Amino acid sequence: MSWIDQIKDTFLEDNRYMWMVEGLGNTLLITVGALVIGVIIGALIAIAKYFSEGNKRLRWVNWICDFYTTVIRGIPMTVLLLLFFFVIFVSAKDGVPVAIAAFGINSGAYMAELIRSGINAVDKGQMEAARSLGMSKGQAMAKIILPQAVKYILPAIGNELIALLKETSVAGYVAVVDVTKAATNIRNKTYDAVNPILLLALVYLVMVVVLTQLLAILERRLRKSDGK
Amino acid sequence: MENNTVIQVRNLLKDFGKTQVLKGIDMDIHKGDVVCVIGASGSGKSTFLRCLNMLEVPTGGSIIFEDADLTNDKVDLNLHRQKMGMVFQQFNLFPHLTILDNLTLAPIMLKKLPKAEAEEKALALLDRVGLADRAKDYPNQLSGGQKQRVAIVRALCMEPEVMLFDEPTSALDPEMVGEVLEVMKDLARGGMTMVVVTHEMGFAREVSNRVVFLDDGVIAEEGAPAEIFDAPKCERLQNFLSKVL
Repeated sequence: MSWIDQIKDTFLEDNRYMWMVEGLGNTLLITVGALVIGVIIGALIAIAKYFSEGNKRLRWVNWICDFYTTVIRGIPMTVLLLLFFFVIFVSAKDGVPVAIAAFGINSGAYMAELIRSGINAVDKGQMEAARSLGMSKGQAMAKIILPQAVKYILPAIGNELIALLKETSVAGYVAVVDVTKAATNIRNKTYDAVNPILLLALVYLVMVVVLTQLLAILERRLRKSDGK
Repeated sequence: MENNTVIQVRNLLKDFGKTQVLKGIDMDIHKGDVVCVIGASGSGKSTFLRCLNMLEVPTGGSIIFEDADLTNDKVDLNLHRQKMGMVFQQFNLFPHLTILDNLTLAPIMLKKLPKAEAEEKALALLDRVGLADRAKDYPNQLSGGQKQRVAIVRALCMEPEVMLFDEPTSALDPEMVGEVLEVMKDLARGGMTMVVVTHEMGFAREVSNRVVFLDDGVIAEEGAPAEIFDAPKCERLQNFLSKVL
């Protein structure tokens, strides 16, 4: 049997390529959902840490944030996913929302650091100038610091998005049919081990290349807005 | 407190860890005063200025401004800061906003001025420093001297009672120092109360009515510019002047 026939047999028979398409849908759904949750958690933590730093009464806020970051970064993503599905959300039937939550909460810990370093990258004089005009710390954060930090944060979030997309390939551990699991299913059904995996690798590669290009365009746009 | 006292500083102390930077400073700043603070680097003059609007939180002592002790936790610092303009060595304009937005942001947000009114006022002030045609530009398109003039106008837009200048010409190329000092002279002539940390001895002599020499965290000598520059009493001041004049 020629390679072409083999491919036809593996993917077209029973419309098995649709498994990959549906899996890809789940992969994207989990990635985007986790990104949104991650950015929200990350921004909350970064801002909470910014305001609690050097404030004795808010030390507990700082402590909670550090605890979260330490725990999440200390547990491998796969183990975290298993924990979420088999220990925390035992009664969950659909794995996708659980996976979104697990990846999102994991990503939040990394986002927090990205956003925090973006905020710290803004010159300290900016906060001082804003405060000297009479703005509160919150007003200065909203109007002066964050709009400038975005330019440092967005490219980093883009990189995190790419890492996240690839990381979701372990979602199949918990009754989620993502694109990786779909490829495995095709492999099991057809005993064709080679082509599903080749296609799978190609699918990820194309997605990452496209994302990288979009990011480069975004970064160029941000640099232009500098007026430099 | 006398009626015309704008800021009253008593026994101001500031430590950074184990280093004592300010070791008890007393000063009265009256309405219309132009006080120049001079001294070697490390003498605490910038720290002193930054304590006046609480950008540095003093370790001890009091700063009375408009009958309120700014070092008291219960005082609404943001409200008082609106009336203390500050100009920084590094300008600190907001690079993501146009010049006009730099000037009108605080008046619109904090003083609830209608946008049109804030812009009209900002443009008038901008015109006074000769930069009305740059209103739509961004800070990065301006030279250092122009940035600092805008920074002064930004503080003025809040109609402050007093202006604090932290080495406003130290980061400028020499040929741009004059244009900034000119704006400051103009302000002083208009009766603005000013506290200026500076290395510009010519400006201090010509414009200020009082010069304060800080040395090692204390006021070593103060007086009218003529006394300070022509008849310095303490040895540290004589030494300092012999190096900078």
